Amino acid sequence: MSLLSAQGLTKQFNGLLAVEDVTLEIPEGQVRALIGPNGAGKTTLVGMLSGRIAPSAGTVIFDGRDVTAWPAHKRISAGMGYTFQITSVFPNLSVWENVALAARRTLSGRSDMENAVSASLERVGLIDHRFEEAGDLSYGHQRLLEIAMGLAQAPKLLILDEPTQGLADSEVAAFNQLILELAGSTTVLLIEHNMDVVMQVADFVTVLDAGKVLFEGIPDDVKANAAVQAAYLGGGDAAA
Amino acid sequence: MDFGPYLMLATLEGTVTAAVLALTASGLALVFGVMRVVNVAHGEFFMLGAVLAWWVTHIVGGSAAIGFVAALIVVPILVGVLAAVTDMTILKRIDYDPERTIVATIGILYILQQVTLMTYGPDARPVTPPFNTRIALPWFEFVNGEPGIYWPWGLSITSYKLAVIGAASVVLMGLWLLMTRSKLGLLMRATEQDRDMALAFGIPVERIYAVVFGLGAAMAALAAVLIVPIQQAHYLMGADPLLLSFIVVIIGGLGSLPGTVLAALLIGLSDGIISVFFSPTLAKILATLVVAMVLVFRPQGLFGAKRT
Amino acid sequence: MSGDMRKSLLLHGGVLVALFTLQFVLPAYHHGNLARIMVLASYAAGFNLLFGYTGLLSLGHALFFAAGLYGMGLAMSQFGAGTGLALGVGVFLGALIGGLVAVLALRTEEVAFMIVTLMFAQAGYLTILYFGAYTRGDEGFVIAQADRVFLGRDLSNPQSRYFFAFAIFCVSFVMCLSVVKSRFGKVLVAIRENEERARMLGYDVAKYKFAAIVLSATLSALSGAAYGLLFGYVGASFASVQYSIFPLLWVLLGGAGTVLGPLVGTAFMFYLIDLSSGVTTAYMLIAGVVLVVLTLFAPQGLLGEMRRRFWKWLP
Repeated sequence: MSLLSAQGLTKQFNGLLAVEDVTLEIPEGQVRALIGPNGAGKTTLVGMLSGRIAPSAGTVIFDGRDVTAWPAHKRISAGMGYTFQITSVFPNLSVWENVALAARRTLSGRSDMENAVSASLERVGLIDHRFEEAGDLSYGHQRLLEIAMGLAQAPKLLILDEPTQGLADSEVAAFNQLILELAGSTTVLLIEHNMDVVMQVADFVTVLDAGKVLFEGIPDDVKANAAVQAAYLGGGDAAA
Repeated sequence: MDFGPYLMLATLEGTVTAAVLALTASGLALVFGVMRVVNVAHGEFFMLGAVLAWWVTHIVGGSAAIGFVAALIVVPILVGVLAAVTDMTILKRIDYDPERTIVATIGILYILQQVTLMTYGPDARPVTPPFNTRIALPWFEFVNGEPGIYWPWGLSITSYKLAVIGAASVVLMGLWLLMTRSKLGLLMRATEQDRDMALAFGIPVERIYAVVFGLGAAMAALAAVLIVPIQQAHYLMGADPLLLSFIVVIIGGLGSLPGTVLAALLIGLSDGIISVFFSPTLAKILATLVVAMVLVFRPQGLFGAKRT
Repeated sequence: MSGDMRKSLLLHGGVLVALFTLQFVLPAYHHGNLARIMVLASYAAGFNLLFGYTGLLSLGHALFFAAGLYGMGLAMSQFGAGTGLALGVGVFLGALIGGLVAVLALRTEEVAFMIVTLMFAQAGYLTILYFGAYTRGDEGFVIAQADRVFLGRDLSNPQSRYFFAFAIFCVSFVMCLSVVKSRFGKVLVAIRENEERARMLGYDVAKYKFAAIVLSATLSALSGAAYGLLFGYVGASFASVQYSIFPLLWVLLGGAGTVLGPLVGTAFMFYLIDLSSGVTTAYMLIAGVVLVVLTLFAPQGLLGEMRRRFWKWLP
């Protein structure tokens, strides 16, 4: 059964079609990558899935329920986890409190909450930084903190919007490892520019171009597809 | 007096209020439009204009007309320079943060008001108008089915009040030309559109801000000089123009000059006419609530056209 | 972490003990002042919950203070309510108006929110003037001494008055401390720091803001009702813009988002104005200068600066 299912999602901005009639099915436990050139409508599509942007047409079904009319916070409560493309942490709060805010919504017991926070911080390797203010962390560490906040919510679906942007190579490798560990237990929707990451961690890839689904398939098929090559891989930012 | 002539009188008086209000509110709108900050001390620049007008006419002495003309020229410049200095020493340093600017201008409000109280004192003082001929106004009535004209007792206006309406119109036209035709206006509009872009193009944004803030205050001061022969100068007189300017600027769509003038006419006229039917307090309550509701339900009324 | 808890408990407990003890040592004049300061500091604490912790700047809190004041006063003068009931009416009226303002004003943000709250408060002030037949307008009315008896104690008596003011302050102080330590309070801080992030962690931001406004309004109304009861006077000036600006001034001065800040700021400003009013009638000049200097040099306020420099653990 699909955990997330989107049918005919469309978004118009002042008459311009940013996303046109996109249908997606993400089965439970899958790591799905969403790729496409800049301006393909990835952020708009994810915005509609998470509830930050209202669709002009189409429906979103999450965990068996029609959530199209739900505001973002209600979808998150229902089990979506979302990390921002541009880091969005609480800069004046400690690293610990950042993650605790994420964990506290679902876990009421104090020790459960503290365990979840420690576990998430350990998983991304930030446990030694827990007393620092989030705003003082390096950019790469803030990205990892974002991911830890996503993990601490123990979501059914974790949406990661370009999580490896700005990470060093060693950090990217650690990130890949993390996703591979999550695979199977958590469903992941990964918006990613870095093709190496996609090839390593994704079970299935959706390629978006000019607001439409251009191709869907396993990573190797995506690599081999000529249309994808032309639209994306062969394009200007293929190396990105 | 019959109702018809009474309404005509209220309309005329309302137009005088509207003219002065349009000047004051345009200053506030200009500052918000270009700088995106709310100047809560705007009413005090108005008050300062009135009080300084009294000082200048007092010092110049001689005929009322000479003193008044001197005030008309000197006072807006003085107030404008003071405001520009305030901008450079205070607002620039808090980087025009919208919320901190409000707090800082509340502080400036009290400083200006209280310094005036300490120097000028608590009295209300009049300024003699340069000319003040009473002009009787005609009304018509039907006598045996034939329309006829008569001069109802008390239906009159002074030449000075008419001059205020004229002067305000001329100044507003001048401001409009400045904004649309001059190089300075072009720079202002560029800064208004996109501050960072303006900076990138080498526009001296900080200097533009100081000029705009000074100009906005000077408009309020000019309005006050015009009104002070009708209303006396007092250190607490800034509150009403501030509130009314807020109302006008919000209804007019913050920052838009034509919208502001239109809204000033609406408010100025309805203020006069409403108070014929209601007590002034009730009229104020209603006006305040209506404007709050405009902000709540049509926030684009505040920020001009909806931006996406 | 628990060491910080202990320090915080010691400091805040110490402040309460000191305030309690001061009534036995202070000369009459300062004794009366401190009672006044404690009630006004409770008002500032209510304002601080919204401004300091949630990050919502209201310029119309006098509306809530006056709702408590007039709710209490009119219940007595018009309906002959007893002291306890009148106090309850005032607090309830404040909460009710708080809810109403919240529903409307929360549709706006930032500068528009500030202006809308300012305008609602202005409408409230004018309404009090309009119904002068009942409120006696600008002049206000006096609460008879017979009506100022609560739980068998005459509140016009300085000792009882100090004690009651202290009790009100304790209520607001302990409430603020527990809110700040609670999950609810931590979400409020999260909203202040990064609203969009809080929303995308699954928190219903609108609901939290609504609750914060109602709670803040209720505390403000409690202070207003207590103020009228303790000092025996209900007047329109407490509903004016000035009384919306005062809590902002006190909180900014003491330190927004600190539990002790409102008390420190209120006491500091009270004595500053008290001292200067002996010299000049233009004492509001001091308020103006302090506001400007604070925004320029110490936007964190006295305790905010202390926290930044020395006491990281200060709640």
